[in-house]
Amino acid sequence: MAEVFDVAVVGAGPAGVAAACRVAERGARVALVDEGFRPGGQIYRHREGRAPAAIGEWMARLARLKVDVIHRTAVHDALRLDGKFQLRAESVHLEARKIVLATGARELLLPFPGWTLPNVFSAGGLQALVKSGLEVAGKPVVIGGSGPLLLPVAATLAKAGAKVELVCEQARRASLARALPWLARSPRKLAEALSYQAAFGPSRYRTSTWISEAIGTDRLEAVVTNSARRVSCDFAGVSFGLVPNVELAVLLGCELRDGFVVVDRRQQSTVPGVFVAGEPCGIAGVDGALGQGLVAGDAACRDVTVTADVEAARGWYEYKPPPLLRSFALRHEVLELARADTVVCRCEDVRLSRFDPEWSAREAKLATRASMGPCQGRICGPALDAILGYGADCVRCPAKPATFESLLIPEDRK
Amino acid sequence: MDAIVVGAGIVGAAVGEALAADGLAVTVLDAEFPGAGTTSAAMGHVVVMDDSEAQFALTGYSRRLWSERAAELPPDVEDECPGTLWVASDEEELEHAVRRSHFYRERGVEAEVLDSAALEKAEPNLRRGLAGALLVHGDRVIYPPNAARRLLSNAVVRGALAERRVRVEAIEPGRVRVNGSWRETAIVVNAAGVGAPELTPGLAIEPRKGHLVISDRYPGFCRHQLVELGYLKSAHSAGAESVAFNLQPRATGQVLVGSSREFVGLDRSTNRRLVGRMVRRAVDFVPALAALSVLRTWVGFRPSTPDNLPFIGEVDEGVFVAAGHEGLGITTALGTARLLADLVAGRVPEIDPSPYSPLRPMPEAQHG
Repeated sequence: MAEVFDVAVVGAGPAGVAAACRVAERGARVALVDEGFRPGGQIYRHREGRAPAAIGEWMARLARLKVDVIHRTAVHDALRLDGKFQLRAESVHLEARKIVLATGARELLLPFPGWTLPNVFSAGGLQALVKSGLEVAGKPVVIGGSGPLLLPVAATLAKAGAKVELVCEQARRASLARALPWLARSPRKLAEALSYQAAFGPSRYRTSTWISEAIGTDRLEAVVTNSARRVSCDFAGVSFGLVPNVELAVLLGCELRDGFVVVDRRQQSTVPGVFVAGEPCGIAGVDGALGQGLVAGDAACRDVTVTADVEAARGWYEYKPPPLLRSFALRHEVLELARADTVVCRCEDVRLSRFDPEWSAREAKLATRASMGPCQGRICGPALDAILGYGADCVRCPAKPATFESLLIPEDRK
Repeated sequence: MDAIVVGAGIVGAAVGEALAADGLAVTVLDAEFPGAGTTSAAMGHVVVMDDSEAQFALTGYSRRLWSERAAELPPDVEDECPGTLWVASDEEELEHAVRRSHFYRERGVEAEVLDSAALEKAEPNLRRGLAGALLVHGDRVIYPPNAARRLLSNAVVRGALAERRVRVEAIEPGRVRVNGSWRETAIVVNAAGVGAPELTPGLAIEPRKGHLVISDRYPGFCRHQLVELGYLKSAHSAGAESVAFNLQPRATGQVLVGSSREFVGLDRSTNRRLVGRMVRRAVDFVPALAALSVLRTWVGFRPSTPDNLPFIGEVDEGVFVAAGHEGLGITTALGTARLLADLVAGRVPEIDPSPYSPLRPMPEAQHG
């Protein structure tokens, strides 16, 4: 039988790295499982040897410690088995006494005419492509959607030499202004926002603006904004917010509230032994994720209360939906951009006209095949919920595509 | 005359359609939405079965009704006619295949026995060295949720009303209770599947859970519905848990893999150990399956009866039952509906209804 870890951490973004480090510092056996090539997660995705300064010290800390880091491994199922937890991935079934889920978030993509054209990406996806070598120097680019994420994405593009023509933020200026007092209490956040804007030019950032259509024949050629302005561009990056990755938590039976995993002050979910840190329990950014990761790591290896120093590491963050996020609440106009013939589910090529507002997520899936494809509704599920109020569909294993072979129980494998 | 059909699964939808076609003022009620229950989890294999004369009569009759309306089914019902290959692992099973081929042919169902070489040619992804197979022509595959929706919309076209999110709490002769108040009707049909015994106490239906696993798209991976000849051993096994090899090519190019059977009430959780056994069995027959990508696993609850036959008929004055079809509800929906409509109208049905009478004596349940 395989070795049983004291703690297995899923996801090597800030929350997962912090949790794994904390567990290792306490001398417990810890595995850190991640889909990527190296730790950092979506936010600190980087090329070999080029870790951003912000995560560099954590990388060094991780490297010094005894952590079994398992890269390029997507956990597709999580279950309780004989008093332990089992994490299942394609090539490995890991067993652990406690679990920390630090599975992050994905972007909310809302359908609009032309959004499926080649070279229209999610904002974070475009940023990741640039970081891994997509050539954008001298090329016109438009970033659109909503939320704080648009700023670093536009800055990354600008630093890579792209001509950032426009950054479209759908929220009203007045709505964003309501977050100012909160930002003023977090000078570092404010400085960060200003430095991003400086990178691409503050005048390019437009509030109350959105991409109402992407135009092109076989690839993107231009976008049209809600004020009927046509902007030629080679690439567009669009994102309307973040959707927490709660699939593994749901498979383990953790309770959700408003789409997020319910946790106590020790980051423990309603399932004893399952701790959750970072975006799955509330969109809170890097600082929140790091703090929660430390708390979760600490709590996962001890049955006592969290130590004071770790409690302090939560820093500015105490989860309530941050005012910042409320400022980016979606306007009804951006929920109504898709036309009858706009594709909503890309995997199964299902257009908006197929959907009946009376349905639920499950009925829509059964009737139209929407969300039955390889992405398993990760993209269209939240979009359909946003635009038609379908709610969430149930989660079934495997949470990510996996081979038949990997569904065999170990003793049944050849 | 008024009729209320309780349950808009494929059986209730088909009954609604048949009664509406007879000119009754039909209302079909569903606690959730059409096809939300067992129908949504079903494989959609329309198959002639031979384990009893009564089962053959109903499945053969129903399959004929499906094939007669194939041309009018919309594309989203995904109707195809791949036939069924009952795979024989050894000579003993092949002899069984030969006997079954005689049974089918004597009753006008086209069937042939393939030897080992012919089977390899018919399904190259099956493992080498199998003894052969029984090929039953004319068996179909459909997509059950949209088939149920289609039948219900046919009923609506004929004047029926379909109401969703209406949970019927009780049935009595001449009325049903919804939200504490009674709705009057001349005829009631309990087509509530695994929920039927709650409304018709004493009806011997128990949920028999099954798992299915579906792959990504691999067009041409297999061409027929593939079932091991030992399937009935699993289907009729008295044990608490059983698996059998059952693999289906979908119109989408996906591969749907079953089957498991267990009695665990209405527990919706995925039994990974049983899924593991089920996949093991499938991979034993189709080794190349191991490397295909799985998109989803789901569970469903077959409304099973002690003698493996459904309940179709009158249980009280004007109160009818059409439920308990175990794993054959998709196949037998149309035959069930025709039979039931004949009984309601007082016509002589095309097949003998007595083996399906809800009032027939029942053997004791065989499992724990």
